[in-house]
Order: sequence, then structure tokens, then C-alpha cells
Amino acid sequence: MSMLPILQTQDPYLERLPLLLREAFTHYLPEPWHTLSNQLISIVVILSVFGLLFAILTLAERKILGHVQNRPGPNRTGFFGMLQPFADGIKMLTKEDIVPVAADHVLHLLAPVSLLAASILTFAVIPYGKNLVALDIDTAALYFFAVGSATELSVFMAGWSSNNKYSLLAAMRALAQLISYELPLIISWIPVVMVASTLSLTRIVSLQSGYSFGILPHWYVFTPWGFVAFALFMVSALAESNRSPFDLPEAESELIAGHLTEYSGFKYALFFMAEYFGMTALSGMAVSLFLGGWNAPSPYLTFIPSYLWFAVKLLSLLAGFMWIRATFPRLRIDQLTRFAWKFLVPLSLINLVTTAFWILSQNWGHLYFIPRLIITLILIVVPYILLSKKLGRGYAVRTYTYAPQ
Amino acid sequence: MNATLLITIGVTLISSAVALSLRNLIHSVLLLVITWIGICAFYLIFNAEFIAFTQLLVYVGAISMVALFAVLLTRVAPSTNQRNKQSVTRFIYALITGLSLFSLMAFAVLHTDSPKEKVEALPATVYSIGKALTEEYAPALMITGSLLTLAILGSVLLAAHSPQSKENS
Amino acid sequence: MYGFGLIRGLIVTGKNFVQSFYNPSRYTTQEYPEVKSTPPEAYRSFPFLVTDSETDPLGALRCVACLTCEKECPAQCIFIEKSKDKKPDANGRLQFYPTQFIIDSSVCMSCQICVEVCPFDSIKMDKVFEVAVSSRFENLLLTRDKLTKSNQYFHLISPSEAQEVDDRLAAERKVAQEKAAAQAKAKAEAAALAAQVKPVPAP
Repeated sequence: MSMLPILQTQDPYLERLPLLLREAFTHYLPEPWHTLSNQLISIVVILSVFGLLFAILTLAERKILGHVQNRPGPNRTGFFGMLQPFADGIKMLTKEDIVPVAADHVLHLLAPVSLLAASILTFAVIPYGKNLVALDIDTAALYFFAVGSATELSVFMAGWSSNNKYSLLAAMRALAQLISYELPLIISWIPVVMVASTLSLTRIVSLQSGYSFGILPHWYVFTPWGFVAFALFMVSALAESNRSPFDLPEAESELIAGHLTEYSGFKYALFFMAEYFGMTALSGMAVSLFLGGWNAPSPYLTFIPSYLWFAVKLLSLLAGFMWIRATFPRLRIDQLTRFAWKFLVPLSLINLVTTAFWILSQNWGHLYFIPRLIITLILIVVPYILLSKKLGRGYAVRTYTYAPQ
Repeated sequence: MNATLLITIGVTLISSAVALSLRNLIHSVLLLVITWIGICAFYLIFNAEFIAFTQLLVYVGAISMVALFAVLLTRVAPSTNQRNKQSVTRFIYALITGLSLFSLMAFAVLHTDSPKEKVEALPATVYSIGKALTEEYAPALMITGSLLTLAILGSVLLAAHSPQSKENS
Repeated sequence: MYGFGLIRGLIVTGKNFVQSFYNPSRYTTQEYPEVKSTPPEAYRSFPFLVTDSETDPLGALRCVACLTCEKECPAQCIFIEKSKDKKPDANGRLQFYPTQFIIDSSVCMSCQICVEVCPFDSIKMDKVFEVAVSSRFENLLLTRDKLTKSNQYFHLISPSEAQEVDDRLAAERKVAQEKAAAQAKAKAEAAALAAQVKPVPAP
């Protein structure tokens, strides 16, 4: 299952730098230990990079939200608030760990631990650069979502073990949200698998590496079905990682803190770490499946190493998550589930039909490109309009009595 | 028969045995989840990646939810289980049934003709599995799909149909 | 309905984010210890005693210890001790003065009733809000020397109110002076009349 790195000597030096560094470390060990040490170094690097990214993300989120809301965000701890995540970490570590007496102590401890373990395991298959993937297996996409679905169990364990009926109710609601959005999440990337005919993420990324007419990359997001699939994937990813506007499970005004009510100190921090890791991993998947992974957007920009392109795309998706958090109000649980089952699932199934049409009409010839495009767009846009009309019936445009026009 | 296989077998069997003997139903279901993860590891040892991760997705991701919801929604009060003579009789009956089932399965397994030399497994890539499922075994797939759809529709109907909700459906 | 409202909302917040870096109307936070905002003129925190001279503050207090503010204060936080002797005030009349004037600022609720009832415009509201002290009892009991602030300070913190008070007092002083001048003139005339009549000695 694990592969030794294939150093391509014709790639620029910056591109090969991570692998060369890793070689430099394992060079000193005897031959039988090479594979193990390579894997261990990959694991350590992934954990430290994404741990640091988590810290920076909490700060970036507060600063971005602050600037959108006409205020600075944290700027007292260190220059521009740079030390704020470390201050938060120290605070969380030194808080008292309160566990209710009648709570199930084993499950109370196990819930955040298993959530974090499942979230970290999903980082293994994402290709971060040209040869930078920790686990290059044939069924990488399926692995990602299979391990990701183990997070739902931890949510239930958290709500159950608190011995608090409100936590249990909130855990049930959170589970309803997670299960409802898992369906559009998985169906939305099936078109990608249909087009690429493989589940392996490295192969999907390398299939998106051409450029037509010299400027347009072959990323799947630039196709009609790919754009819809990307939009569906991002919305479902927002809901799967309990992010605004779907953050009903963890919002403070909803049943105190939902299934996290009885957690304090470091376990609470672990839950949030798992949420940010989930967000990052899903963004990484979106980048690999739809945005071309580590490919540069233009053939003239390939001198910038592939992992930097991946980082740029990942950070822009995460900034998009924060922008969405700053803009939209929270959805209620019934609006949430209605949105998933009555809007997203039919649209994703229709997207499957559209992709099937796109694939089967590939051999019509170049002249028929415009008709193909038009038919595909009609297949997507008409159901969207009809569904929106049907679901929006009964809700008028709001008129404000006292607001100035 | 290497260490990984032995550890996987041990974890699977021990967790299922403990799951059957615990009083607390929620703990039993969670130990059953460990059993299913053990089965997934078992598939991975024999290089069946697709079915291993499908097992994880379906069992740990969905069926565990079904089991937990079922336990929660039909919870009985924690009973004070005192050991009476009747439960000892039941234990003996259970032992007899289990042993007879086990001996039947052991007989079946030990008396199958297995090839004497190692056979190279066919490459089970996702592509070949997909091709087989959509070309050779497509009817089986469609029948299973319609069966599951009918089951879901039936359960939705059963859950939705209640006398009070007739006026506000 | 088709998601256009969502896009418009995103554009609004995006505009706010980008412009908050260079447009002050989109970044309304004043970062407190570095930038202090001036409170509006009607802002009030705790009272202070007005004095008309900067060189001899305690001697030129406008307060005449009439004890009205002590009686009217709803929180009963003013303690005044009247003097035994009298001193001339700005109009020349002899008035009492307070030998002790204590306000318990931990009780004072900034209601401004003492300012409203004072007939001599001698107690006014200050605007200081950085009054945190480290001990609750001694430092929060404001005595006469801590409460005394000059009229120039009053002009600084409330220009229009101070100007109005000064104009009114100057007008009263003018009226009093004119009255005193008229009285003096009448007295002088009477004295002159008496002096004119007087030189005829009694035989």
C-alpha cells in the first residue's frame, strides 16, 4: 500500500525539495527501516503542518470576521494577534476538566479522542503535491468518506455520555444533520468518478493537468456538471463540518452548546480541533476532486511548486468558508433537513444524469460542443429553477416597515 | 498466519463476545462497532480494499446509527437482573445451541476441498469490480437496489402513518 | 429566490471586509488606550466644586455651604461641614464656606440633582471616567481638595455650559453692581444733601 517516492530529476529543485529533505533524514538509517521512517516522517509533517494551520485558522477566522464586522479582531496578543492561538491553547490546557458524576467516564473521554482520530485519518489520502501523498491507494476517495463517517459515532457518544437529556437531544439533532448531508456529499463527487473512471485521488488529479487552447485548465470545476458538483460538495461540506450556516449543533444559543455542553477544557478544544481538521480535509478533497489538486492554473506558472498551488487553493476555499460564516444567518433544524432532502439530493441525482449525458455524448465530434453544452446547461438549470420555485412557495420577499429604503 | 491476522481475529472475537455479555446496551453496540472495524481490517489483510471501506462506510457509518437509534428509542428501564434458576437453564440451552451451530459450521469448513497450493488472487481493482457489477452481475445489483429502495419506502410509510398526524400532515 | 440574494449578501460583507482596511467609516472601532474618544457635552460622571481662581483654589470656591445639595441628594452621599466665620464672595458679600465637603463616589449615582438645585452654580458634573482606584474606602471618598477644580477646567470640559454660567453670573454681578452703585449714589446724594444742610450750626 505504501510507495517509495519517485524522484523525477527533470522537475525543478523546489518541487523535489520535500522529498529530498525526507531522503536526507532516512539516508542515515539502515535499509530495512527506510519505508517505516519515510512513512513516519510523512505522518509527523502532516500532523505538524495541519496542527499549525489549525492554530492560524482560528486566528484568521476571528480577524476576518472582525474586519467584516467593522472591528479589528484579536490584536493585543503579539503583533496582529499572532500569539492568540497559543494563548487560547494555554487557556484550554489549564482549565479544569469537569466531568459530571453520573456521566459515563469512558465514553466521555473516548468521544473527542475518536472524533479527532477519525478526522486525522482522513488526511492520509489527499495528494498535497506531485509526489506528496501519504497513502496512495486505489480506493482513496472511498477511504476518505468511509473514515469520515466514523465521526458521526463520536457525536452520539458525546451526547450520550454526558448524562444530560438536552445533550442527548442535541446529539440526535446533530446526527440528523450529519446523516442528511452525507448523502448529497457522496453523490456530488460520483460524477467525477464517472468521468475519471477511478477512485484513486492521485489519478484524478493527474487527469486534470492538461490545458486546452493553452490557457484553460482541464479542472473539473470548469465543466457544467463539475461546477454544479463543486457547489453541491461545498454546501454539503459546510454542513458536514458543522459550519455556519449549518452550525446548529454547536451554537451557543441552541441548547447551550448542544452535545458539547458537559465538556470543558482540553476536550472542548479537541472537538474544535476535529471540526477544523474536518473542514480542512474536506476542502483538500474539494481541491483534489474539482479544482485540479496541485496543478497550476496556467502552463506559464508551473515554475511555482505544486504544493504551493495546493496551499493557495486550500487557503482560498477556507477563506470562502469564513466569508460564508460572516454573511449568512443560521438555519433551523427543519429548514436544514428540508434543504438537504428536498433540494440537494434531487439536484445531485440530476447531476448524475447530466454527467452521464456528457460522457456518452463525448464522441459526437468537436462541432457538437455548443449543443452539448446547451443541453447540459438546460438539464441542470431547469430542475434548479423548478425546485427553487416549488420550495420557495409561500415565502414572500421580505418588506421592512421601519428600515430606510 | 501472521501476527496482524491473529491480532485482528482476536480483537474481532473478543469485542463481539464482550458485546454480547454486557448489561449496558449502548456499550454493547459500541463494542459491536469495534467488531465491524475488525472485519474491515480482515478484508484489508486480504487486499479487498473496496469491500473493506464499503464495510466501514455502511456498517460503522450507517448501521451503527440504526442500532443506536433503535436502542435509544425502545429503551427499557435499567432492570435489576437477579440471577434466578431460570436463567441458568437458559444458559445451558444457549450453550447447547451455540455448540451445535459451531460444530455444524466447523464440519462444513473442514470438509470443503481447498486447493493444496497457493492460488494467485485475481486483481480486484475498482475498475474490474465496477465492470463486473455493471456488466455481468448487473441484474443482481438492480434487484438489491430495488429491494433496499422498497425497504426504505416501507419504513418511511410506517413511520409517517400515525393517527394523530392525519390532520396536520 | 434562486440564490441571488445569497450572492448579494456575500458582496455586501466582502465590500465591508475590503474597505475596512482603508475606509474609516467601515472600521468604526476606536482602539481604546491609544485612542480616547471625547464624551459628548452632556456626559456626566461625578460632581466637582467650581472655583474662580487658579492661584487660590480653596479660597475662591463658589460654594457657600447652603447645604441644599446635601439635603437633595437621593443617595445621601454628600457630607458638608459649614464654617463658623464668613468670607467675602465674588460679589463682595460675606458668605459661609464649607470647611469639609465630602462626596462618597462609591454611592454617587451621577443623577445631577445636586447640580440642578445649587443656587450658586458651584457644583457641576465632571467627565472623568478613568477613576479606578485600588482601595475601596479611602480612595473613593472624595474630599474638598480632590473635588475642587477651576473654572478654566469647566470651560475646557463643557464650553457652552460654562459660557452660559459665566454670562449669567456676570449679568447678576452687573445687576448687583448697578444696584450697589445706585445705592451708593443715593447714599452719597443723601450724605451730600445732609452735608449741605448741616453747615448751618445750631445756635
